[in-house]
Amino acid sequence: MAGLNKVVESYDQALAGLTDNMTLMVGGFGLCGIPENLIIKMRDMGVKGLTCISNNAGVDDFGLGLLLQKKQIDRIYASYVGENALFEQQMLSGELDVILTPQGTLAEKIRAGGAGIPAFFTATGYGTPVADGKETREIDGRHYVLEPSLTADFALIKAWKADTMGNLIYRNTAMNFNPMMATAGKITVVEVEEIVPAGSFDPHHIHTPGIYVNRVIKGSFEKRIEQRTTREA
Amino acid sequence: MALSREQIAKRIAQELKDGYYVNLGIGIPTLVANYIPDDIEVMLQSENGLLGMGQFPTDDQVDADLINAGKQTVTMATGASLFSSAESFAMIRGGHVDLTVLGAFEVDVSGNIASWMIPGKLIKGMGGAMDLVAGADNIIVTMMHADKKGNSKILDACTLPLTGAQCIKKVVTDLAVLEIKDGAFHLIERAPDVTVEEIIQKTAGKLIVPAVVPVMAV
Repeated sequence: MAGLNKVVESYDQALAGLTDNMTLMVGGFGLCGIPENLIIKMRDMGVKGLTCISNNAGVDDFGLGLLLQKKQIDRIYASYVGENALFEQQMLSGELDVILTPQGTLAEKIRAGGAGIPAFFTATGYGTPVADGKETREIDGRHYVLEPSLTADFALIKAWKADTMGNLIYRNTAMNFNPMMATAGKITVVEVEEIVPAGSFDPHHIHTPGIYVNRVIKGSFEKRIEQRTTREA
Repeated sequence: MALSREQIAKRIAQELKDGYYVNLGIGIPTLVANYIPDDIEVMLQSENGLLGMGQFPTDDQVDADLINAGKQTVTMATGASLFSSAESFAMIRGGHVDLTVLGAFEVDVSGNIASWMIPGKLIKGMGGAMDLVAGADNIIVTMMHADKKGNSKILDACTLPLTGAQCIKKVVTDLAVLEIKDGAFHLIERAPDVTVEEIIQKTAGKLIVPAVVPVMAV
């Protein structure tokens, strides 16, 4: 009996059941707070035809860029994809279907998906190409766009620490999209830096309750920095 | 002389008020942080999940888990808080941010802004810009008045795909401070040593020029 113990010991177990043509959410903002090793494992598994929901698409040789290299992604929902030449090439050639989504709308689509809300109205994007083909409505004199929510077969996220029951704590701005994605995956897999026994966390400090989490694996992270910017000491 | 990027940032910093929560976009808006007056307290919001963005880190403070929306390494100011992207955009969309400063390719007399896409060229995405312009009541757009060939970017109607419709009321360019109201740009200030004639010549959209145009203090 595994009970409420969510810890798995291998990346094979972590991604068991992830197959071709699935829809995945992948946490992170740029390269900050991405599930580095789960992405590498997907590359090695060679799963294809994926739909990825992720704020960005990594860089050419790290993060989701690794899956683009092997043309494993058919469609991506993202808000900003400027750092990736491979991405540009595949988008322009039509190999990659890109649904550019305003960042706040993307975050809310995922939050709503995890919260059982099928769609919501937002003023974001009204009067722009983002609203093309979508239902709009005027409410109290302002115009809004109806945005459907998003869910996924798998949510692959990164947290700082987990306890064995899958309660999660994120660190600094590596939180970003991870908490909403944790709620919106049919199977949520979390890669963490440290796993502690259940009961170790002060319940006040838990960001994501374990109810949303199916599998936890401890990884070791490169944590690549995109724009190392410093000042003189 | 047209203003430098730093001078534009310095002028925008004069719009900051004590107690403001402010979101600064990438590029010139980021520079505004360098000119916050010493006698006021403001907090910078970074839409990737940080309220209370501090200075850039020293070498030994660099933390891969602590970046701003431009993906640069940063530090946290006193009183900073951390949160998810959904919470961050609740702040933005919900109108809780007092001032948003962002760049643009074009603005027009209706307050429309185009800043995210040039058809036929690389499309990088809108990031948080559409949410920021939809959510904020108080937005300052910073941009060059004209392109390098002298073509105005202050227009009667934007030609590029919009970021937001009817949402911009104030623009600070390298030549002038403009307000948008009643279907026209209103010239509020001019850059030092820039003539009203030059501003008129480089403004394609309808421009209202008062009898006296003060010079910016930069």
